[in-house]
Amino acid sequence: MDFQLSEDQRALRTGVRELLAGRFPTERLRAAVAAYEAAGDGPVLDRGLWRELAGAGFFSLLLPEAAGGTGLGPQEAVLVMEEAGRALLPGPLVAGVLLAGAVDGAATGERIAGLCDATAAPVLWDHPADCDEVIVVGADAAHRYAAGELRTAAVRSVDPLTPLARLLDGPSGAPYAVDVGRLRRDAALLTAAQQLGGAVRALEAAVAYARQREQFGAPIGSFQAVKHLCAEMLVRVEVARSAVYAASVTGDPVEVAGAKLLADEAATGNARDCLQVHGGTGFTWEADVHLALKRAWLRAAAWQTVADGTETLAEALTDGHIVL
Amino acid sequence: MDLTYTAEEESFRARLRAWLSEVLPKLPPKPAAADWPGRRAYDTAWQRMLYDAGYAGLHWPADAGGRGATPTQHLIFLEETERAGAPYVGANFVGLLHAGPTVAAEGTAEQRARWLPPILRGEEIWCQGFSEPAAGSDLAALRTKAVRDGDFYVVSGSKLWTSHAEVADWCELLVRTNPGAPRHRGISWLAMPMDAPGITVRPLRTLAGSTEFAEVFLDEVRVPVANRVGAENDGWRVTMVTLSFERGTAFVGEVVACHRVLAALARTARGNGRWDDAVLRRRLGRLAAEFAALWRLTQWNVSAAQAGGGVPGVGGSVFKLRYSHARQELYDAAAEVLGAGALDADHEWVADRLSSLSYTIAAGTSQIQRNIVAERILGLPKGR
Repeated sequence: MDFQLSEDQRALRTGVRELLAGRFPTERLRAAVAAYEAAGDGPVLDRGLWRELAGAGFFSLLLPEAAGGTGLGPQEAVLVMEEAGRALLPGPLVAGVLLAGAVDGAATGERIAGLCDATAAPVLWDHPADCDEVIVVGADAAHRYAAGELRTAAVRSVDPLTPLARLLDGPSGAPYAVDVGRLRRDAALLTAAQQLGGAVRALEAAVAYARQREQFGAPIGSFQAVKHLCAEMLVRVEVARSAVYAASVTGDPVEVAGAKLLADEAATGNARDCLQVHGGTGFTWEADVHLALKRAWLRAAAWQTVADGTETLAEALTDGHIVL
Repeated sequence: MDLTYTAEEESFRARLRAWLSEVLPKLPPKPAAADWPGRRAYDTAWQRMLYDAGYAGLHWPADAGGRGATPTQHLIFLEETERAGAPYVGANFVGLLHAGPTVAAEGTAEQRARWLPPILRGEEIWCQGFSEPAAGSDLAALRTKAVRDGDFYVVSGSKLWTSHAEVADWCELLVRTNPGAPRHRGISWLAMPMDAPGITVRPLRTLAGSTEFAEVFLDEVRVPVANRVGAENDGWRVTMVTLSFERGTAFVGEVVACHRVLAALARTARGNGRWDDAVLRRRLGRLAAEFAALWRLTQWNVSAAQAGGGVPGVGGSVFKLRYSHARQELYDAAAEVLGAGALDADHEWVADRLSSLSYTIAAGTSQIQRNIVAERILGLPKGR
C-alpha cells in the first residue's frame, strides 16, 4: 500500500497549478465576471483559453495514447480537476474530459462539449451558449444534440460564470451509446474533485485574510473563534481529499458517492466559513468569496444531490457493501 | 496512489489471521468490567501470547526488543486483531504506546534493559501521571514537585485521570524539579514504582458509572534519581518526543469497529422499522461515507509515515478532531435506532454512547486540537 501521490502525480499537480496561475489568475477571473455581466446572456468562455487548456492536455487526459490522448487515468484526472476547482476555472470541464473521445474537436478544444443530467428537476444545462454539442444523460440512456437543437428557457444563474438554461421537452436526439452508470459515476467523481479544489481555495483565502486583517490590535487569526473556523476548514479538506483520491483509485461507485457527499460538504462549508472570516467584506460583490460559494452550490446540485448520495450509501450499508 | 497491499504485506496478514484463528478460541472468558485484577490478568496474558508468537512491540524499533514493523504492517495488525475480535491492548496501553517508546527513545542502556522487556512480555503494567487538578489542557502548569534528597527525589502532589492506577506496577510521572525555571524547562520525567510508600489511589467514577481512571495522591514518595529518564528539567521534551511518534495508527481498530457497529445499526433499523424514516436512514448513509473516509485518511497518514519515517503529530490532530466527533454522531444515531431502548443503560450501544462523550476531551480536547491545527499547520499566529 502506498496511498500518496507519486512523483509524476506531484509534478502534474504543480504543473497544472502553475499553468492556471499564469493563464487564469484572479484578475482574469474578475474580468470574466465583469465581461459576462456587461454582455448579458451569451457565451462566457474564452475559446482561446479553452484551446490552450486542451493543448496542455486538459481534455485528452483519459484518452488512450493511440487516440491522441495522454493515456493517464482517473487519478490524474482528479488532480487536474482539483486544480481547476481551486482556480474557479469556469466551463463544462467534466464534459470536456469525459466526452473528449465522443465529440469531434472536444479533445483539441476546437469545439466545446456539454453534458446535462436529465434526471434532475428542473433539468439545467450549463453554458448553453458556449456548447457546440451536448449529451443529455437520462436514467439509463443518453442522447446527443447539436447546439440549437434543444428547446430551452432562460434561467438567471446564481453563479455569474456558469450560465444556465432550463431544458424543455423537445425532439429526442440521436442515441449516444454509453455505459450510463459509469458516465454518471465519473461525472460525480470529477465534480467532487473540483469541489475539493474549491474547498482548498476557500481555506487558503480565509487563512490569508485572517493573518492580515487586524482588529483589537491583533490579526484576527490569533483569536480562537476565528482560528477554530479555519482549523475545521482544513479538517474538511483533508477528509474530502482522502475520500476523493481513494475513489479515483478504486472506482467503486459507493465510494464515489461518499466522496462526492464529503467534497460537497467541504466546498460549501468552507466557502461559508471563508465568507464569515471575511466579515462584511465577504458579503460584497468585489470580494471573490461569493464566487466560490456559488460555484460550490452549483456543483453540489450536479450529478449527485445530498439526498441521492446518502440514500445510495444507506442502501449499500444494508447490502453489506462496505468500503473497508 | 496504490491501495493494494504488497505480497509481503498480504503474507504478513495471512500469517496473522491463521494465528488469530488458532489462538482466539482458547482465550478464557473476558472478566467483568469492574474486576480490575481480572482485567489485568487477562490483558497481560494476551500480551504474553503476542510476545510468544512474535507480535509484541510490533511497532517498536528492533534495538528496543520490538519487531521494527512498518507502519503498514502495524495497520494490518490492528485491523486484523479488531476484525477477529482479539483483546484490546487494555492495561498494556501506557507501557506499549507511551512509557515504553519514551524509554526506548530517551533511556539509558540500563533503563531500557530494566523496563522494556517486562512491558513486551506482559509482566509489568504502566500508568500515566501527567494531568493534575490544575493542569489539564495546560499540562505545563503541573505543580507536583520533586525535591532532590541524595540519590532520591521526594515527590509530593496529585495526579488525575490515571487509567489502570490500581493495577499498575509503574507510573510515568511528570514532576516539577525546578520551580524557578520557565514552565516547560523545570519538568522531569520519572518512573515511579506504584508500590512505593506515600501513594494513595482513589478511583474516580465516570459518568458511565464505571471506574476507568483514578486520582493519585503523592505524599513524600521517594523515587530513585536513577529512575529519571533524560536530563533533569528536560522532561517536557522527553515526553513530547514520543507523542510526536504518532504514525497514524492510533484509532485503526476503533474505525474498523465503528464500521461494524454502523452495519449493525442499519440491520437493526431494518428490523424494527425505523429504516423507513428517511432522516435517520440518510443520517446512517452519511456516517457510512464518514467512516469510509476516515479509513482512507488512516491509510493516507500511514502511507505518509511509511514514506517519511514519521507522521508529524499534527496529522493525528486532524484525524482525531473528525473521528471523535464522528464517533459521537454514530452513537447518537444508535440511540435514534434504539428508540426508548436507548434508555437501557445495560445495552452495549448505550454504554458506548456514554463513553463516546470522552472522545472530544481525552488526549487533548477538540479545542486544543484546533489550536494545534491552526497554529502548526495553517501558521496562524498564537493568541488567546
